[in-house]
Amino acid sequence: MKAGVIVFPGSNCDHDAWYAVNENLHGRAEFIWHDSANLGDIDAVILPGGFSYGDYLRCGAIARFSPVMKAVKKFAADGGLVLGICNGFQILVEAGLLPGALLRNRELKFICREVRLQTETTASPFTSKLEKGQILRIPIAHGEGQYFADARTLDELEAEDRVAFRYLENPNGSARSIAGILSRERNVMGMMPHPERACDPLMGSTDGLGILESMLSAVPALSK
Amino acid sequence: MKITPELIEQHQLTTSEYDKIVTLLSREPSYTELGVFSVMWSEHCSYKSSRIHLKKLPTTGKYVVQGPGENAGVIGIGGGWVIAFKIESHNHPSYIEPFQGAATGVGGILRDIFTMGARPIAVMDSLRFGPITGTPESEHNRRIVAGVVSGIAHYGNCFGVPTVGGECIFEQCYSANPLVNVFALGVCKENEIFYAKASGIGNPVIYVGAKTGRDGIHGASMASAEFTEESKQKRPNVQVGDPFLEKLLLEACIEAMKTGAIVAIQDMGAAGLTSSSCEMGSRGGVGIDIDLDLVPQRETGMTAYEMLLSESQERMLLVAEKGREEEVFRVFRKWGLDAVTIGVVTPDGNLRVRHLGKIVAEIPNPALADEAPKYDRPHNVKPHRRAPLNPPANIPASSDLSADLLRLVASPDLCSKRWIWEQYDYMVRTNTIAGPGSDAAVVRVKETDQSIAMSLDGNGRYCYLDPREGAKLAVAECCRNLATTGAIPVAATNNLNFGNPERPEIMAQLVEAVEGIAEACAFFETPITGGNVSLYNETLGEGIYPTPVLGIIGLMKTAKPAPVHFVREGAELLLLGGFGNCDDQRFGATQYAKVILNQLWGLPPQLDMAYEKRVHDAIRALIEAGLVESAHDLSDGGLAVALSECCTSKLGAKITVPNGIPDRVLFGEAPSRILVSVTDKASALKIAEKFGVACPHIGVIMNERLQIADERNEMLIELSTSALKQAFETSLPRLLQAQ
Repeated sequence: MKAGVIVFPGSNCDHDAWYAVNENLHGRAEFIWHDSANLGDIDAVILPGGFSYGDYLRCGAIARFSPVMKAVKKFAADGGLVLGICNGFQILVEAGLLPGALLRNRELKFICREVRLQTETTASPFTSKLEKGQILRIPIAHGEGQYFADARTLDELEAEDRVAFRYLENPNGSARSIAGILSRERNVMGMMPHPERACDPLMGSTDGLGILESMLSAVPALSK
Repeated sequence: MKITPELIEQHQLTTSEYDKIVTLLSREPSYTELGVFSVMWSEHCSYKSSRIHLKKLPTTGKYVVQGPGENAGVIGIGGGWVIAFKIESHNHPSYIEPFQGAATGVGGILRDIFTMGARPIAVMDSLRFGPITGTPESEHNRRIVAGVVSGIAHYGNCFGVPTVGGECIFEQCYSANPLVNVFALGVCKENEIFYAKASGIGNPVIYVGAKTGRDGIHGASMASAEFTEESKQKRPNVQVGDPFLEKLLLEACIEAMKTGAIVAIQDMGAAGLTSSSCEMGSRGGVGIDIDLDLVPQRETGMTAYEMLLSESQERMLLVAEKGREEEVFRVFRKWGLDAVTIGVVTPDGNLRVRHLGKIVAEIPNPALADEAPKYDRPHNVKPHRRAPLNPPANIPASSDLSADLLRLVASPDLCSKRWIWEQYDYMVRTNTIAGPGSDAAVVRVKETDQSIAMSLDGNGRYCYLDPREGAKLAVAECCRNLATTGAIPVAATNNLNFGNPERPEIMAQLVEAVEGIAEACAFFETPITGGNVSLYNETLGEGIYPTPVLGIIGLMKTAKPAPVHFVREGAELLLLGGFGNCDDQRFGATQYAKVILNQLWGLPPQLDMAYEKRVHDAIRALIEAGLVESAHDLSDGGLAVALSECCTSKLGAKITVPNGIPDRVLFGEAPSRILVSVTDKASALKIAEKFGVACPHIGVIMNERLQIADERNEMLIELSTSALKQAFETSLPRLLQAQ
């Protein structure tokens, strides 16, 4: 039993997610190629960062049509856990698994930087091991991470406690400083920051561990 | 087409070079063959002006697995793992089209690395631009900066390699000659290195990757000439990069290499299909026979000339074992890439090219790859320099050292380059232990307990004043950067950026610099394993400062290095290496002279290499003893600027310096010095003494202020760390947004 890390042509944080789960958290992860029609025997899906299919169109706009995304949608509909990181978040939004859109950063430039996030809810399989209000230092690395949704959607996200993280210093102009959101059923989370890059003291922060640990403990079979 | 003298001249071949071609072929070349010779014998591909001098560089050492001559140098790091690394320039294209010029510069060097079978794990870049404020060209220069930076970001970020460090300097001489030098480094197992040496008569020659178009034709020749008013028309010569395709090519090549069916592989860089074929053939002592009708093409009606000279990006040529083609094709199909057999390895040593059923070129491989002309260009004159040797009659004494320091830390050369490096993904692959803003970048190799420290350095001002000493100083500075993180320097690559070698006073700069690099690299035991020469960096007769850029890598056990910034209030601060000397003559090379006095004179700082090396040994011993809390080496801007760079947390320091001319003491740029804050002063001083290195205790770390006084207790500088940080961090974005 394990986590499946989806590999699209152009994914480039796939190994990082794999390494964090296997080596930093001593869990189990395997790669799933983008043209797989089914996910095999897994308990959670990670959509990693990168530039799926080059992202020359809108980020994630091509990836949503890949064969594996049909399987991921079905997996999510059946209640499976799906975590989309960075490009993974963009794909989830394009695929309609999460609301809103990710626009170019306010300054129209790529930003790579460690940012501070505030944990907004612990009522989810991705944040259960965190404390409400807990501040996490986690890097971002994206050109199109400005979260956008209409006011009604934003109100709804807040009313339903579906904002998972907010930026303390909004780096990209995201609406209401939103860095990560949950699906209505709370089994799908998308976030622009990279928790897998904050799992090792050598990388300068281990604040990403809590997110991945939450996910692993929600799926006990996942740990070795 | 008849070969006329005009045609020969258009191809930048001299009459004697043309005669040599006729001799080698025993006949007149065809138009296509003339084109092939013109690129292969261009300065860019043949190193015809520099070759005889490059031979002076040390190229062997105990870590070296592969020296110059392959796509990249290779060194062993233990446990059966090796590192492939090299630096390359994309100066000319980046001036004509900054975004694509820089992007394809990154793409080219990445291919050089993964051609060897090594997965790229780090990139650094060394950039030179014209002034971004205060000159008529500044607006244009700002556009070049923005274009180059976003081009590097575009390519590296999408490809998925972290850009972990670099340097960026602004001088008038780079205004129409920006320099974009990109360094890349990759890792693989020693027994999985691939070479570009064709072998096995009858083996298929396979073309993989992007289709061939008309882009980049004569790029190599363009990079081998001065710029003129007409150069803007050369925009079509700049290639267009596709980092996504390159990422697919990387994954496919590495996967295909694991099949064991690949014999040799080479990327199609400058001079594309031509250079990859004849170089692979020449290295293996075999011939290559290719049929252009089989080459995947993205345009119709291309001539043989165009296809052979195209520099379309993201292409590779490989030789596979006969009968195992399908294993290779299967991998490339999986990644959605073209892979087509376009030729065969032959015994006759010729590059034979067919097109539309006819042989359009037939040239002995060695004629192209090895028989290119070599010139001992005249250089028995003094290296070009216009700056006076003697200091001005009276150097004005500073009236406000604090204000001078703020101006210096906010100056384009010295200010924080965060605006640049935050556009680069410097963390992807989760190996970056020390990233941009560190003295040296450090990237771990996950498969081992080793990390690679790396540093790029070059100082055009120093080299303009004295190319030999300037080059040695660059080597010393790189090695000092590495030592400051605890690493042992093991090998080097260099990018020699100069003006027109046909001018003896420029050639003299090149020769002096190469000899300086040779001497210093031998002394610091960092053999040169490869590199690049970029000449003709001149526009309308105005050349650049001689700018050799060194990239040196070091090895260390994986561990987080001490930070640059201060970490503990009350910690004792030492100046390992001592205060150094800076007389009036050597003060002319400093950033203080540049920024505050707006002048350049004299000589670069004086380097004692033996002392420098002892300083490196001492800092490594201090780190090993666990005494170091923060460490930062001194370079441009001297002691006061280095101190300011340590004040980026809230912590500052209370410092005492010797009496003397304060601006010399504070802003002199004597080498061989490192600021170290330590846990235990007495033990640290004992170690410094053991290595015979001066190590004055200069102060103590305190909260929120930087105070520097002399021994008479006269306050020289007093600033809040927030003011320093503000000046340091906000300057570049402000300058770049200036209207």
